[in-house]
Amino acid sequence: MTKQQVLDLYFLNARHQLIDVAAFLDRVERADGKDDFRLKSFRAALTKLGGREKQKAKAVLLAFSDPTTKPIAKAAGKSACGAHAGSH
Amino acid sequence: MRYIEPHAHMVSRTTDDYERMALAGCAAVCEPAFWAGFDRSSVDGFHDYFCQLTEHEPKRAAKFGLKHFCWLCINSKEAEDVKLAEEVIALIPQFLNRPNVLGIGEIGLNKNSRNELRVLEMQVELAAQHDQLILVHTPHLEDKLKGTRLILDVLKNDKRIKPERVIIDHVEEHTVAMVLDGGMWAGMTLYPETKCTPARAIDMLETYGQERIWMNSACDWGVSDPLAVPKTALEMKKRGHLAGAIEKVIFSNPKSFLRQSGKFKL
Repeated sequence: MTKQQVLDLYFLNARHQLIDVAAFLDRVERADGKDDFRLKSFRAALTKLGGREKQKAKAVLLAFSDPTTKPIAKAAGKSACGAHAGSH
Repeated sequence: MRYIEPHAHMVSRTTDDYERMALAGCAAVCEPAFWAGFDRSSVDGFHDYFCQLTEHEPKRAAKFGLKHFCWLCINSKEAEDVKLAEEVIALIPQFLNRPNVLGIGEIGLNKNSRNELRVLEMQVELAAQHDQLILVHTPHLEDKLKGTRLILDVLKNDKRIKPERVIIDHVEEHTVAMVLDGGMWAGMTLYPETKCTPARAIDMLETYGQERIWMNSACDWGVSDPLAVPKTALEMKKRGHLAGAIEKVIFSNPKSFLRQSGKFKL
């Protein structure tokens, strides 16, 4: 596809998703209480979007990923929360 | 359009879903053994589940003209209990000769714990001993990168395992290259909220090519869409992919991998 075709097909949806991200940040900043590691990871991931570097989706996924390499001693639960507490 | 759904947990879906999939052009559905959403209390629960996958579910699918195949294992979500895992693994060989069993799966990791890794190694051993295909689940979200690396290490360290007989499922942009570079197949899972959207899956196809790669819905009891594969095919069409290229990804590729089992016949 040409750039024009990509924009024609995906721009409105991407715009919609970006506004949703902005509204999420407004919502969480408006709320009482403290941030946690998830928001810290989220802000770190956002910094991957502005530059000219390629593979932005990969960079965002890496920003949320557990960077360690050894198995953990025991699984405390079954769920993932989307961000790693020690990533940043 | 005809397609193969290579990863769907149909025991959790309604007959309406079978009908919709058949109407959308599905020719066959393949069901890896999975976590039920709760921990089973004994090995007997797994025996019944394996009977369901090999006896009951093929009959349900056949009512809609669909071939049903399955994979057997204990899922990593139930792998913290190693004793139970050993009992379940001991149960599996008696089911391997059943006509719709394609191999061992979906094995893998969930939270990347030592016990999960031990149970993964035991199930790779089982697959090697019985010359079975392997379908691997990679962990969710923040655990995927580390888990994929650990899984690839286990598989590469066992020289009996042929990479072209292994599919590593649920790849995303940060794991797809390491899987394909290792000579294995890569599965992209199309989910409404996590894993891949249709657009991102097609981005990966356009970036990494169409060899050794498939798409699946992995529909189960959670938020998921049994029609995710044909919807992604439609998205490919919108992006100008030709009919032959679409059919390769949604039909020919899964067929090529799965027929290595010797049992996958349409």
